[in-house]
Amino acid sequence: MRKTFVLAAIAAFTLVGSAFAQDATPPGEKPVDPYTPSPANAGAAPLTDPAAFQAFHGKEGLTRIAGDLVDRSIADPRIKDIFATTDVPRLKRTLAEQFCYVLGGGCVYSGRDMAAVHKDMGVTNRDFNALVENLQWAMDKEGVPFAVQGKLLAKLAPMQRKVVER
Amino acid sequence: MKRLGGPAGAALACCLASTATAGEIETGGKLLLTHGVSALEGGAGGGLATWAVIAGAETNRGVGGEVHGTYVDVKDYKLRAFGGAVGWHDRLELSATRQEFDTGATGAKLGLGKGFTFKQTVLGAKVRILGDAVYAQDSWVPQVSVGAQYKDNSQDAIVRAVGAKDDKGVDVYVAATKLLLSQSLVLNGAVRMTKANQTGLLGFGGVNGGYKPQFEGSAGYLLSKRLVIGAEYRTKPSNLAFAKEDDWVDLFAAYAVNKHLSVTAAYVDLGDIATFKNQRGFYLSLQAGF
Repeated sequence: MRKTFVLAAIAAFTLVGSAFAQDATPPGEKPVDPYTPSPANAGAAPLTDPAAFQAFHGKEGLTRIAGDLVDRSIADPRIKDIFATTDVPRLKRTLAEQFCYVLGGGCVYSGRDMAAVHKDMGVTNRDFNALVENLQWAMDKEGVPFAVQGKLLAKLAPMQRKVVER
Repeated sequence: MKRLGGPAGAALACCLASTATAGEIETGGKLLLTHGVSALEGGAGGGLATWAVIAGAETNRGVGGEVHGTYVDVKDYKLRAFGGAVGWHDRLELSATRQEFDTGATGAKLGLGKGFTFKQTVLGAKVRILGDAVYAQDSWVPQVSVGAQYKDNSQDAIVRAVGAKDDKGVDVYVAATKLLLSQSLVLNGAVRMTKANQTGLLGFGGVNGGYKPQFEGSAGYLLSKRLVIGAEYRTKPSNLAFAKEDDWVDLFAAYAVNKHLSVTAAYVDLGDIATFKNQRGFYLSLQAGF
């Protein structure tokens, strides 16, 4: 009991320590270094046609897709090493926000920009394409029609220039 | 790995290759169908038309390649083509193809003899000079490549007899390819400077002229990540006095069975060939690659 209390106190202290960077670290996530949140960090302007967002089954559908994409990728022998130190809950949350934002779902993207997130990860085109394949799998699983999947992929594809380092 | 020799070295190299680390040559990595299929003349394209994509599934850090076998059956002729292409760093493509144009029973009517077969070797090189067809979805700039094909027809006496000036020729082309992901479309255009009659199978040049710019266009709609359907149009010169040469058209479907195997089927209309009219029929091509 006492041990739990001490751990909670340490956790609380850590949260307070990071409170200057972000208002609060969401539950289950690790603190991050300070940065300035901005819609521009999402890396693409939002779609204006609401039909695509509906075909992804809204924020709930995108949350499932982001979750499946991350779960599959952290188990994918091609790219799992890249995610070895990743804060998985945070990645799932910010990815869902990013997808929702660029599809015009009105979400706020609270994450960092693509160049900052992927700095020094050594991501290759091969890795990038592996992630795209996993995203296609997750979109298929959610039942998103192929023609609508292209709307999201078209928004994400140009991020290759910021993500791929070598 | 260079220091290792003999079968043991080769065996080790094979297994180390699967766990490639920085600095080693990679294979694979491209998304399905993003490297097109094999065009009739051996390079990556849509079938009859040339695309700006580089053959093979490699990315900018590796080597890829494919082999293909193509069979075209139109009313009075059959065409067989087989060859291969290698892609280096998604930048340079080298290809080699052998074409056999079988006149079958028509050969006798043409005075060539029953089953006479025109043969041609095509050696190609293509370099991507700008753009990225797949990633640059926020720009209208297509992927652009330039290429050259050296064509050597092995029946010089015959092709001269039908009025061609040469039994060898070089085509040069510029090709542009754009994938429009949000519309599920792939668009291609190419301009080819050529003096080839029926791609060179009937020799090069003739009384009606030599080098002329020709256009190749294709549009495909992606039904899924594995299946694309579309149409192609390819203009042709008409250099020979004895027979007019028509533009080529096809309706195609290309299906990626998996990362290593794809099938292309098409309905083709090759127009008049060597005075025989309305050469329509089917086109079937298999590609295997890495």
